[in-house]
Amino acid sequence: MDLNFTHEELAFRDEVRAFIEANVPAETRRKVLEGLEVSRDETVGWQQALYRHGWGGPNWPKEFGGTGWDPVRQYVFEEESAAGGAPRLLPFGLKMVGPVIMRFGNAAQQKRFLPRILSGEDWWAQGYSEPGAGSDLASLKTRAERRHDRYIVNGQKTWITLAHHANWIFCLVRTDPAVKKQSGISFLLIDMKSPGVTVRPITLLDGTHEVNEVWFEDVEVPVENLVGEENGGWTYAKFLLGHERTNIAGVGVSKRELARLRRIASEEKKDGKPLLFDPAFAAQVAQVEVELMALEITNLRVLAAEAERRAPGPEASLLKIKGTEIQQAISELMMHAAGPRAMRFRGSDGPGASPTAPAYAGRVGANYLNLRKTSIYGGSNEIQKNIIAQTILGL
Amino acid sequence: MRFTPTPEQQQLGDMVQRFFAEQYGFEARRKIVVSSAGWSREVWAKLAELGLLSLQIPEELGGIAPGVVETLLTATATGAAMLLEPWLSSAIVATVLIRELGSPQQRDEMLAPMAAGERIAVPAHFEPSARYDLETVATLARRTGRGWELTGQKSLVLHAPAADLLLVSARTSGGPRDTTGISLFAVPREARGVKLWQYRTLDGSCAADVELADAPGALIGAEGTAFAGMARAFDVALAARCAEAVGALQATLDATVEYTKTRQQFGVPIARFQALQHRMADMLIHVEQARSMSYLAAVRAAEPSTRERRRALSAAKVVVGNACRFVGQQAVQLHGGMGVTDEMAVSHLFRRLTTVEMALGDTAHHLEQFVAASTVAEEA
Repeated sequence: MDLNFTHEELAFRDEVRAFIEANVPAETRRKVLEGLEVSRDETVGWQQALYRHGWGGPNWPKEFGGTGWDPVRQYVFEEESAAGGAPRLLPFGLKMVGPVIMRFGNAAQQKRFLPRILSGEDWWAQGYSEPGAGSDLASLKTRAERRHDRYIVNGQKTWITLAHHANWIFCLVRTDPAVKKQSGISFLLIDMKSPGVTVRPITLLDGTHEVNEVWFEDVEVPVENLVGEENGGWTYAKFLLGHERTNIAGVGVSKRELARLRRIASEEKKDGKPLLFDPAFAAQVAQVEVELMALEITNLRVLAAEAERRAPGPEASLLKIKGTEIQQAISELMMHAAGPRAMRFRGSDGPGASPTAPAYAGRVGANYLNLRKTSIYGGSNEIQKNIIAQTILGL
Repeated sequence: MRFTPTPEQQQLGDMVQRFFAEQYGFEARRKIVVSSAGWSREVWAKLAELGLLSLQIPEELGGIAPGVVETLLTATATGAAMLLEPWLSSAIVATVLIRELGSPQQRDEMLAPMAAGERIAVPAHFEPSARYDLETVATLARRTGRGWELTGQKSLVLHAPAADLLLVSARTSGGPRDTTGISLFAVPREARGVKLWQYRTLDGSCAADVELADAPGALIGAEGTAFAGMARAFDVALAARCAEAVGALQATLDATVEYTKTRQQFGVPIARFQALQHRMADMLIHVEQARSMSYLAAVRAAEPSTRERRRALSAAKVVVGNACRFVGQQAVQLHGGMGVTDEMAVSHLFRRLTTVEMALGDTAHHLEQFVAASTVAEEA
């Protein structure tokens, strides 16, 4: 047992750090470190920069053009990316549909779609949830009927993150309504430019446009866009959710946010002294920090076990729960650190902002509101507890 | 970075687990708890035979120190078994104290009989008003015509009634909270001027408060410079406590899962109820987070003393302590009325977890230590 990085791993960390420092534009870095939204171009630009360097698929095997990095290197890359202010890589292609196509797609699909994920050419969206199918995902109703060489898709998906930027969407659709609900689902790849696809924005409680409704009205999808077997989609969906959860611990991002919390708490004064040195506040920060230290090791343990098994296990649920609890706890402490300033909302930063408030004042409250989503998305934390109870504890 | 033990280490871990499962079951342990001594010489001899008393003995004396992973695996097994024998006190803390502080001759003479199970030594360090402070030592040692003589009080000396030797910290110079001027002495438990007030701790282990009145002590190593070695020994002990906790935590979770699957109410096993399932999922998360920190603590305790080591060990104790409290309390709750009876293993595990949380600094203490270590790091 050895919890220290090897010399090779340390050298790799330095290499990643140097690359990020040299290649993330200063303005993008500032936005990421201050918790501001980055643009579509900035996100795609970063994917392209990595691609040119041969790092377009940090979590992909070499045979599909990935880096072939082991779990520790992948982890180091994520951590350095977060700390160095690199934009978040889009998970929808790299961590969701990519692995599904590698595992269950045919050679033509692999050849057609995988390189365009690496190069940043395609922006994928995830079409899973529906108004009537949230935690009970398998009850989804979006219908795909086979007509000769195509499927005709009708229905509505919701909570589709960044669908307004996407040119492709992978969808779970019902191809057989007569059988048990899990057995009649298929996994389709749909071109967002197809006639009959409509994207409608949903405004979130923090005022942002992040998620969308996507409507399908007689959308024609060629059968070659079916992944795996017709009616076999539930298996692929679960495989994908396992991958999604593995990366959801967000240790690197939480470390970065904890550092931001410390900066804010050192600028804010209580009784003339930095709030960070107030014993009661410091104890609250410490409770979160020690949990994060533990999660970092738990995360690495799970990754190491997965590398041996070559598939994500139910432990990913644990990472999802703890990771999101920590993200939310940090956002809450950040808001409390900012004090009454945190009540400011939109329009309180940027041009015309009040000169008496620091830049973070207008953001921490909105950030707190926004992060409530984390314990709901990706399978709510209650669903994750069901998975732990059933799969790990055998209850 | 690697999380798996070597095959040899795993073999040792499996052997220890098997030994406790076969020979230290709940009923066997209960007999030892109610015996007048509160520990078993036969079990102790077996532990020696299995090599479990040599994990912190230097290689040149036949041991495998630092034995990081071996100590971790063994400590975890002792937690699941709720071991009453003085393994932690003698084979870990006292052994590390002598290894770190003793002269070559003292190491030669003292460690071999301890590894063989022929002699038991335990640390007598913490004092009545010191709470968890490592540097608070008011016990005084003075040089007389007959050698060193010690006067003072030591509180909650775990396994003192089982010990042949007490390793007593005493001040040979400096003020009551100075880290310099502390020396370590070997005092035979039966020596004149040594009085023990014996009792049991919450988990049934034997312990005593010790009063020293001009008791004779043999200085271990050099005069006045024992603090660093003591800090190391108690850090190794803290890491072992964290690992011990993980064994007890897992056993507690297993017992709870098992019980809720068999206990029927409203015509079904109560494990079917989602409120209970989610509670047990929360317990599992605590156990796994604690397990991660037991690894971190074990590895860092063996490294040179730095602020990073202090931070890691205190962080570990906070995470483990929170887990001990949550898992222990919820396990009793989920056992219903049975959970508060002496008859069930879970109430004993709860007592053990409670004791472990208090040992060597409770959660509040280590949270404070963690903040202090982090703050200094930040200002520097």
